[in-house]
Amino acid sequence: MDMTVAKKKLGLKEKYKLLTRDLGWEPTYHNKDEVFPYVKYEGIKVHDWEKWEDPFRLTMDAYWKYQAEKERKFYAIIDAHAQNNGHLNITDARYLSALKIFLQAISPGEYCAGKGFARMGREFPGVGTQVACQMQAIDEIRHAQTQIHALSNYNKFYNGFHAFADARDRMWYCTLPRSFFDDAMSAGPFEFMIAIGFSFEYVLTNLLFVPFMSGAAYNGDMATVTFGFSAQSDEARHMTLGLECIKFMLEQDPDNLPIVQNWIDKWFWRGFRLLGVVGTMMDYMLPKRVMSWREAFEIYGIENGGALFKDLARYGIRPPKGWDDAGKALDHMTHQFMLALYQYQFGTAFHSWIPSEEDMAWLSKKYPTTFDKYYRPRWEHIKKLKEAGTPYANMGLAKLCQTCQIPTVFTEPDDPTTLCHREVEYKGETYHFCSDGCQHIFEKEPEKYIQGWLPLAAIFQAPLNGDLGAWMEWVSLADGKDNGDFAGSEDQRNFEAWRNQATSNQ
Amino acid sequence: MSTVFIAFQANEDSRPIVEAILADNPAAVLDEQPAMVKINAEGKLVIRRESIEERVGRPFNLQELQVNLITISGHLDEDDDTFTLAWKN
Ligand SMILES: [Fe+2]
Ligand SMILES: [Fe+2]
Repeated sequence: MDMTVAKKKLGLKEKYKLLTRDLGWEPTYHNKDEVFPYVKYEGIKVHDWEKWEDPFRLTMDAYWKYQAEKERKFYAIIDAHAQNNGHLNITDARYLSALKIFLQAISPGEYCAGKGFARMGREFPGVGTQVACQMQAIDEIRHAQTQIHALSNYNKFYNGFHAFADARDRMWYCTLPRSFFDDAMSAGPFEFMIAIGFSFEYVLTNLLFVPFMSGAAYNGDMATVTFGFSAQSDEARHMTLGLECIKFMLEQDPDNLPIVQNWIDKWFWRGFRLLGVVGTMMDYMLPKRVMSWREAFEIYGIENGGALFKDLARYGIRPPKGWDDAGKALDHMTHQFMLALYQYQFGTAFHSWIPSEEDMAWLSKKYPTTFDKYYRPRWEHIKKLKEAGTPYANMGLAKLCQTCQIPTVFTEPDDPTTLCHREVEYKGETYHFCSDGCQHIFEKEPEKYIQGWLPLAAIFQAPLNGDLGAWMEWVSLADGKDNGDFAGSEDQRNFEAWRNQATSNQ
Repeated sequence: MSTVFIAFQANEDSRPIVEAILADNPAAVLDEQPAMVKINAEGKLVIRRESIEERVGRPFNLQELQVNLITISGHLDEDDDTFTLAWKN
């Protein structure tokens, strides 16, 4: 922490000015449009870059100092975790599935955010913006690294962690976050800021790192709490940057309003879809739960997002287009997603399971209007099939949404018994969508989304030609180890055996 | 008025900070969760350097808050003496 320094220090505002603004210069032998070629094509009009300010007023010297402190704290705990068999302190090995999904689907996104911010730091002309983007680029690389380091301790003992990079590229459930980040990274600099700063940081990371990490603490997982909170200590700065960017665009020129609104509509829906994964981890994969996904979304989505939109109303911003559909999906989304994961469990690099009686009682308490009516009967049915020795597996392939890339497993906003499916013809091809939100996103930029790579399609193409075993090899999935039901898995057996060893002298 | 909030890791560094915030902001409500402390308030929260210094007994730089910070909500304004979160509507 800070030590007393006798000589008078510069004030925060003065120091910020000296270490950001005053580092900039006006180019003389190239014009500005050549130096910053991507800053105008999105149509955002900026009259004065000086108006962009980081409210944290963080300068590079302070940045290194505090980040170094965070890293020292982080690695002290990670060492202790490894030295003390921390992996045996988790409540239940089912919880490992949440960690595997995190590593395969979320950590690579941190890395993408790092690449994206490195680029944005180069593309934005304002010096305050450049410095803030540079810091965030370094933060995001740090997040990817600390997550991979923390979870590598689990990789020494359990299945499903070994090939997260392949999973990120090729696994069907990982394409949801991958396509989110690919979409953001291939957008212009201002849209990127809305995608990451607003949608990912402001709406998503609050849900991902706050209740989920608090849940990790509840589940005895010190390593994950540590990287989660360490990352989240940077997120406050990231959210602020996203928020400042929105305010900046809206204050610079009234013509920016419709462009910003369109991005808010788009990225809210993309973010909400991405939350399907996080929500399912929260409701189904934490053996001990702090709050339901619905409760978390009420605080961090509805209340906190609502506060933001109320605040931005003075610029003419309205809540995002998909807001009502999201509200209707709240009580269904995680159940539908977990059922989808379970029925395709032969093709997931983590385990899923039929919720226990106790879990189902909790789910009906947390989702009183929907769980008993729509989802408990399905789990009961799946349980019966399993007991009869004919476990349920869906060997068919659902249509994939061209925008968010997940199988179309969600239902109509007003009818939870009918699958939601939309189709669009474009240049002689038919494209499928999981929702109106994803369809609208496609229709605004069809030329972008028709280029989307949907890796699951590879299973029917040469050289895999429909061979499930060959597909498993292609996604680096070890059949019989990484996939399938938790009950009877190697992870379950090993965890029990090692935990017994740790508590006895046998 | 919308709610602003700030959350910290639950540890010994955060304890005097949380005490200072609760003392300075009568509208602040404490919400303790596993491994974290969250403080909610209607409309506005002000964190004062002086109040923290009184409790930790040494000079305190408000940027130190970032080490144990988990999340915030509201527009931020930070200078040498105060760290303020507020919604305009
Ligand atoms: Fe991050
Ligand atoms: Fe979709």
